[in-house]
Amino acid sequence: MRDVFTSETARLLDHEPRLAVVLAAISAGAPAFRKAAADHPDRVINLGIREQLMIGVAGGLALTGMRPIAHSYAPFLVERAFEQIKLDFGHQGASGVLVSVGASYDWAEGGYTHFSPRDVALFDTIPDWRVVIPGHPDEVAEGLRDAVASDDSHYIRLSLRTNATPHDTRGRLVPMRHGSEATVVAVGPMLDPVLAATADLDVTVAYTNTPRPFDSSGLLSLLDRQPQDNVIMVEPYLAGTSTWLVSDALSDRSHRLKSLGVGREDLHAFGTADDHDRWHGLDPAGLRTAITDFLRP
Amino acid sequence: MSDFDEARALAVDTVVDPRHPMPVHQRIYPLDAIWVLYDRILNVTPQTVDAADRDRFLMSKGHIPAAYYAVLATKGFIPKDWLTDVGGTQSALGAHPDRTRVPGVEISSGSLGHGLPLAVGEVLGMRAQGLTRPGVYVLVGDGELDEGSNHEAIAFAGATGLEQLVAVVVDNRSASHRHPQGMTTQFEANGWTSATVESSDHAALADALLDRRPGHPHVVVATTPQGD
Repeated sequence: MRDVFTSETARLLDHEPRLAVVLAAISAGAPAFRKAAADHPDRVINLGIREQLMIGVAGGLALTGMRPIAHSYAPFLVERAFEQIKLDFGHQGASGVLVSVGASYDWAEGGYTHFSPRDVALFDTIPDWRVVIPGHPDEVAEGLRDAVASDDSHYIRLSLRTNATPHDTRGRLVPMRHGSEATVVAVGPMLDPVLAATADLDVTVAYTNTPRPFDSSGLLSLLDRQPQDNVIMVEPYLAGTSTWLVSDALSDRSHRLKSLGVGREDLHAFGTADDHDRWHGLDPAGLRTAITDFLRP
Repeated sequence: MSDFDEARALAVDTVVDPRHPMPVHQRIYPLDAIWVLYDRILNVTPQTVDAADRDRFLMSKGHIPAAYYAVLATKGFIPKDWLTDVGGTQSALGAHPDRTRVPGVEISSGSLGHGLPLAVGEVLGMRAQGLTRPGVYVLVGDGELDEGSNHEAIAFAGATGLEQLVAVVVDNRSASHRHPQGMTTQFEANGWTSATVESSDHAALADALLDRRPGHPHVVVATTPQGD
């Protein structure tokens, strides 16, 4: 996904004179960015390892009418300078595009300092951010083009975790399979594990790679096909991140909701991303146990 | 009464927060620097607040806004009667400036350490659009320079020679720990040019602000009288 991001961004820089990329060393050496920096030295800006400055600079670029992309490893991009994200975009009446790599534990060997399961939850604390979670490298370019062409602020969360095939969702919750006992919403790379976990279960599986704004009306339409409002959210970031939105959508309907995702614990553990999926119950076996327990309490 | 005296009178009469009364000199100490910028330096008028090639003044140190609002009113950016209701429910003027509410205000500030990074971005944004002449002037306090985000901005601006950037440090000796080598040392160590002048000497302050050198960002330390 990172390669698609850097090459598509380089292509967009050739065609969008107001696009600028701001980096804090991470990915500055990517071949596509090296070439783009040579072609557009004023619009590919590596600030060095300075994340507060990176977000402030992106905000300042936006205030002059540029469309900034700021990019780094997820915890450094989102958490280290969160006050800058809060104040230097929306509060200024400005907007930009933030693109992260690393996700919740892509570099499992790197440990907790490089894990960012709480990023999407943080964007839910400030207004009007759109969130894109591609589930496949082929979903990255469209999400990036839409974000660059938009006037809204976007957070695009790239991951090494991918589904086997891309899906075209156009901002909606798209059913992959229909069933009657529950609707399982899979966000981004969680789709394939969810499909594997529910292969022989009588559930609807719906996919989105644009969880913000959340497609509440799409969820309600899917639930209208079921006898009971049973919802299972499966997100590749902090468990419960979208609970408030599903609860809002179903506030006037008696419903049951299970939220699966990454736990809060600092496991002080390394291994691989597959290991962390298993420890957080996000591998097909873990998902299947949680889903069948929910369906047959 | 001169325009400056009028601005000073407006600033003195402006009540930002009646619950925290302060001596006049503490409430309006950035007045000289802001006045000199708007009166002698900045290429911006109430008619050009949205012009792409305007000079920009970023009030990073947003928590002493009376002098700023008074200068904006005296120069015609905002009505003078707005200053009688700072912080009111219907007022566009808060105890910190909000750029979405106040014509001519370039950034919403209040939290310290945001102005210099935003200014670096504005310089880069103008440069990418071929606007290499307009200046971006940022007013920061000496205490505000303790914020690490400023250190990131000072180092990068110096290393890359952002000559359109001018920092104006109003030194009221409020930093918790004195800067042992003086206010300008960290700027100079990072490749900035610098000048230090008394705030009250408007001609010297203007000369110092205009004394920019190609290839270097510039800092002017405007000192306020001892004891302020």
